[in-house]
Amino acid sequence: MSVFGIIRIALKSLTRNKTRTFLTMLGIIIGVAAVITMLAIGQGAKRIVEDQVNSMGTNVIMVSSNFSQAGTARQAAGGGNLLEVDDVEAIRDQVDNVLYASTVYNTWGQLKYEGNNWRTGIMGVDADYFFIRDMRTSQGELFHNSDVENGAKVCVIGKTVADNLFGDVDPVDKIIRIRNIPFTVKGVLVAKGQNVMGMDQDDTVIAPYTTVFSRLLGQRWRNMMILVSAQSKESIMMVQQDILNLLQARHRGTTSEEFMVRTQTDLADTANSVSNTMTILLASIAGISLLVGGIGIMNIMLVSVTERIKEIGIRMAVGAGKRDVLLQFIIEAMAISIIGGILGILLGFGAAKIVGDTMKWSIDVTPWSVMLSVGFSMVIGVFFGWYPARKAANLNLIDALRYE
Amino acid sequence: MIKQLLSTEALTKTYTMGDIQVHALRGVDLRINAGEFIAIMGASGSGKTTFMNLLGCLDKPSSGSYILDDIPVHEMSEADLTVIRNQKIGYVFQSFYLLPRTTALENVELPLLYCHKCSLHDRHDKAMRALEIVGIQDRAKHFPNQLSGGQQQRVAIARAIVNDPVFLLADEPTGNLDTHTSIEVMAVFQQLHQQGKTVILVTHEHDIAQYAQRMITFRDGRIISDKLNPNPRIATEDLKHLPKLDEED
Repeated sequence: MSVFGIIRIALKSLTRNKTRTFLTMLGIIIGVAAVITMLAIGQGAKRIVEDQVNSMGTNVIMVSSNFSQAGTARQAAGGGNLLEVDDVEAIRDQVDNVLYASTVYNTWGQLKYEGNNWRTGIMGVDADYFFIRDMRTSQGELFHNSDVENGAKVCVIGKTVADNLFGDVDPVDKIIRIRNIPFTVKGVLVAKGQNVMGMDQDDTVIAPYTTVFSRLLGQRWRNMMILVSAQSKESIMMVQQDILNLLQARHRGTTSEEFMVRTQTDLADTANSVSNTMTILLASIAGISLLVGGIGIMNIMLVSVTERIKEIGIRMAVGAGKRDVLLQFIIEAMAISIIGGILGILLGFGAAKIVGDTMKWSIDVTPWSVMLSVGFSMVIGVFFGWYPARKAANLNLIDALRYE
Repeated sequence: MIKQLLSTEALTKTYTMGDIQVHALRGVDLRINAGEFIAIMGASGSGKTTFMNLLGCLDKPSSGSYILDDIPVHEMSEADLTVIRNQKIGYVFQSFYLLPRTTALENVELPLLYCHKCSLHDRHDKAMRALEIVGIQDRAKHFPNQLSGGQQQRVAIARAIVNDPVFLLADEPTGNLDTHTSIEVMAVFQQLHQQGKTVILVTHEHDIAQYAQRMITFRDGRIISDKLNPNPRIATEDLKHLPKLDEED
């Protein structure tokens, strides 16, 4: 009996029992589809986090004062005014591989334009800040170094602020009041959407730090941060260390713990560990469904071979050898696994796409999830097609024929 | 010149069931010539079914020899016996043993599928010819569950003869059939016998055995009588005298 002939017999036998064939396939289809979809969602989520972290700039360093000590009493983190504007100059001039550095003051305030008002965060920065964060305007323009030096009452606003204060009116060159102090809107920033933490990055007003310092900050709360961008991703570690050394040298009697010098990569690591947890969670759910699918395949294979013991007996009585019978069952199991696997992949891709479209996520179907799920289903399918068939083929021919 | 088809010598078969040994056959010597029509009879437990299984190479003897067509079958491996079953023997079983959801024609083709020498091309023609011989070619595309018992048994006989075996081995072929259908099936066997086939029939029904030329009776694992039947009944004649039944369909 040629292998080709047995393939014909096996395929014929599958088409003869369409319901049984389909039910057997179903276990594989669902198992494979579940794994592919789950892992695609997990990978997609992970990539979104990575993309957002990267979009903030991978070469950005944030410097802030951690806590300060007044005598032996520790103050709240950021409670002391440890950093100074001169530090920014020093970093810019003395540390190698620094591209830009900017003072950052953060405060809150009520904005008003005609009848509308809006409460949001206000940032006071150097003109360098826009280059560090890669910010551009969609309308109008950014403010310049001269504005910072002069303490000009100008600002740029985020899209959310523009929508809420101005509605359909063009905000450029209009005057808004921030805590009742008039500022001219020079431009509207390109919308960035939510960040990793779910905060709206467009709900902001950015003004020269000199103006913010003198007009908006109170006497007690003058907490400042420094934002630095390094020449490249590779030099970031060195720059980080140099900044720390420089600051310690400039502020006599401080310890390294008093400064916090963090990079986006640190943030990215945190965000990644969150999304990794999610991927592991989804993968374990997918693994369980694959296991359940595998048990389903195993059951139906065992049952279907058992109910076909008589058929095996008949085939052997008319001249089928053990090898012929075994080969037939293995080919049947393989055909079921392969077709089921392909349908499962298609279903998995489809489900992943539907999830991606409804959630507006980029869904990532990874090749290894396809290989893992299809491989697992095939091994289970073929093993549990082969194992009972071998038992049946080794049965005494008369017992197989008389089997009820 | 009459050709000897098979011979057995001191054939025994012992089953072990737990601690007990069951002697199903206790030494059987038998010669069968080509072209004979033989009925093997005996009550249940007499060993006739065990003997049939050995003749049909479905089982191996515990001791003794069995020569079929000049081949010492008792020495052969399981793999070689597969070829013997395929090439030399045609089986007809009591409950037909047709594959379900498979057309009559495909059932008849089955032995040809496992035959190394057979070409794929004339498989269909051979199967159709076998169905014609048993007179059921118009049901070739029907499934077993669409056929009556008599028709199913004819399909089974067609399957048995399709590979042109050296003898037909029928195990209680009329056991599941009514009288009229039984005689019809016997008519098919008698027709095949007239065309030169050797037929070995295992039955416990005395009426059915009357259609054979030679009657061998088993009891307690031995042959107790082996006699010729000088006046076998003719199935086609008997059918004429039977009251006409409704056409089965």
